Amino acid sequence: MTPIALSVNGRKIQALVEPRTHLADFLREHCRLTGTHLGCEHGVCGACTVLIDDEPARSCLTYAVQCDGLAVQTIESFDGDPIMQELRTAFSREHGLQCGFCTPGMLIAARDIVRRLPDADARRIRVELSGNLCRCTGYLGIVNAVESVIAARASKPTAVAPMAAAPPRAPLQAFAPTSEVARALA
Amino acid sequence: MKAARFDYLRPGDVGEALAALANAEGAKILAGGQSLGPMLNLRLARPALLVDISRLKALQQLEDAGRAWHIGAGVTHARLEDARGRLSGGEMLCEVAAAIAYRSVRNRGTIGGSLAHADPAADWPLALAALGASVNVRGPTPRNILVAHFVQGAFTTTLAANEIIESIDVPKLSRAGRYGFYKFCRKTGEFAEASAAAVFDPESGVASIFLGALRGIPRPLTSLAQQVAREGKIAASTEAVSQALAQSVSGLDAVEHSMATAVVTRALMQVLAP
Repeated sequence: MTPIALSVNGRKIQALVEPRTHLADFLREHCRLTGTHLGCEHGVCGACTVLIDDEPARSCLTYAVQCDGLAVQTIESFDGDPIMQELRTAFSREHGLQCGFCTPGMLIAARDIVRRLPDADARRIRVELSGNLCRCTGYLGIVNAVESVIAARASKPTAVAPMAAAPPRAPLQAFAPTSEVARALA
Repeated sequence: MKAARFDYLRPGDVGEALAALANAEGAKILAGGQSLGPMLNLRLARPALLVDISRLKALQQLEDAGRAWHIGAGVTHARLEDARGRLSGGEMLCEVAAAIAYRSVRNRGTIGGSLAHADPAADWPLALAALGASVNVRGPTPRNILVAHFVQGAFTTTLAANEIIESIDVPKLSRAGRYGFYKFCRKTGEFAEASAAAVFDPESGVASIFLGALRGIPRPLTSLAQQVAREGKIAASTEAVSQALAQSVSGLDAVEHSMATAVVTRALMQVLAP
């Protein structure tokens, strides 16, 4: 057993863990935070998505020992978070969930999209949500919910500067290649 | 599925990590854990000891080294994705990074870990081979080796049990240089079923096309690349690509050949787009 000290939803926690215990099992069984769901346990379904030091991560692919000294946030910790409030309302309104199994991971991934990609359209939202599987909704309600939160926020002023347009460029010109594969550093 | 038992060590520096590898039987490096994690959970991998290098500061550099970008092995895909617009001459890295798996995987998965794992369907072994990137390996004798030579087969590299990847040097493209990268995935973020990378730079004379997602290592399509450099669009037609693949890549069935033709053609369309 290895001693770890970490922050979970703002609370300091000390525990003894087996190195092989992944973060999701630690959260569910040691911290009794069962909002984090386990679907596939190999990084495909996204149900176990949590924040580790503010970034979304699969809690089934990170072991609890690796989180020593870090800050973990689960779905239980977003009560005061305005984006999450808006997403919850939108998910409910747009029928973005049925059984609810994928919802904790979906909401944490959706919050990341709203924060990181304030210009995302429906297609981009679908691409960004591709790491979170839902077997009930067919995704339409989820995509509509995320899109509506982004749209509502777009009417408010934002601190994110728009990306500068790429300068125009000439097409590739014909040239005599060197015989070796890519040896620009030679 | 739960991993089998292993011991865990988080060394304070690269030297300590190397010592741990040298002294322990069955030790394995843990970087982002986004490939190793599933293998542990599925019990496809059962190392006795994991040496966690994910927090080593020395492996986190992302530096402009003049003619190349110097990238620490521990740099995550997400960090490269977010460097878009700030990696002059290394734009291809940002684009490739942004299409690897999913954001929650990119937040932890690392460029060095992907190379060391050497999944034939992964994006970094392919893109970095086409870019002419090289790997800086630390071990008893430090060495530098081209990515195209470093990866030797499916899940096989020249990395010895007592070595670790320290960094990757990626030659910059000039303003006149062009790149293309295209992959087919059954689902967004899944491993590719067919993938191709192309890099052309009139200033350095680089002309390279690599085909990925094969049973083994990414395959260079050298004569096709040279023809495209000399002749442009005419040499990059679907027919020309199909013929080049038939001549230089064996073992593809009709469907694989058609997918390979499509990914190479589309990567070249990006290269040749006005």
